[in-house]
Amino acid sequence: MSPLQLCLAFSSVLFAVGLAGALARSNAILVLLGLELMLNAANLNFIAFWRYGPASTPATGVVFVLFSIAVAAAEAAVGLALVIALYRRQKNIRLPEATHLKG
Amino acid sequence: MNAVLAVIALVTVASAAVALSRRNLLHSILILAGSWAGVAVFYFWAGSQFLAFAQVLVYLGAISMAALFAVLLTRHSRDDVAGASSHQRAVYAILTGIAVAAVLLAAVARTPLTVRPSAPPPLSVRELGYTLMGSHAAALLVVGVLLTVALIGAVVLAAGDPPDPKEGEP
Repeated sequence: MSPLQLCLAFSSVLFAVGLAGALARSNAILVLLGLELMLNAANLNFIAFWRYGPASTPATGVVFVLFSIAVAAAEAAVGLALVIALYRRQKNIRLPEATHLKG
Repeated sequence: MNAVLAVIALVTVASAAVALSRRNLLHSILILAGSWAGVAVFYFWAGSQFLAFAQVLVYLGAISMAALFAVLLTRHSRDDVAGASSHQRAVYAILTGIAVAAVLLAAVARTPLTVRPSAPPPLSVRELGYTLMGSHAAALLVVGVLLTVALIGAVVLAAGDPPDPKEGEP
């Protein structure tokens, strides 16, 4: 197994763990952290192809991951603020009870 | 080379799986910080020290602290009341995760990938800075605006007055 395939397998398994966690838990914070894990798994792919893939410019993958980390930080900030707003509204953060937006 | 990567992968995935299956939220976040540190070690292993530094700063420093604060601010909620429906959902979620992992691993194993066996691409922090401020300057500005807007939006969302429950009902 080549190192590139090992990297890709690592990121696939990490993505699957994040997906299972985000689907299984009913706590909003843990669902958000599962999403962050999936984003991290995608970043691993960028770095794997930057390291082992066909050469483009030497900075391509790194710049992509930097922007991805910035967007993930913005997402986490808004998501945790939404969790606090949800707690203020329904006094818990269980997602199955968060049905106010159904209309 | 592969053995080091396998150890990094094993530690990262195992801590992520343990973190997402814990009942105690604080334990979950602390163990998940270990998983993010594993990703940072992977960046370091792959030859991108700057990204490892950014990962430690953003994930270990900022996001795990923000998540810890969110847990402490919402601590009195009754989380994860174990019930038949939540157990059933967990089983389906794990089955979905296994299926997705199987599809992805099969795709990875069957794709012919050409590996460039050389050293990592030479990239100093100086060159990275020139690239960011040169050809990617527009994207950098857009990300700056996005972060500003997201943080203002987060403050507005989290600092709003508690809404009246009767509000909006006829």
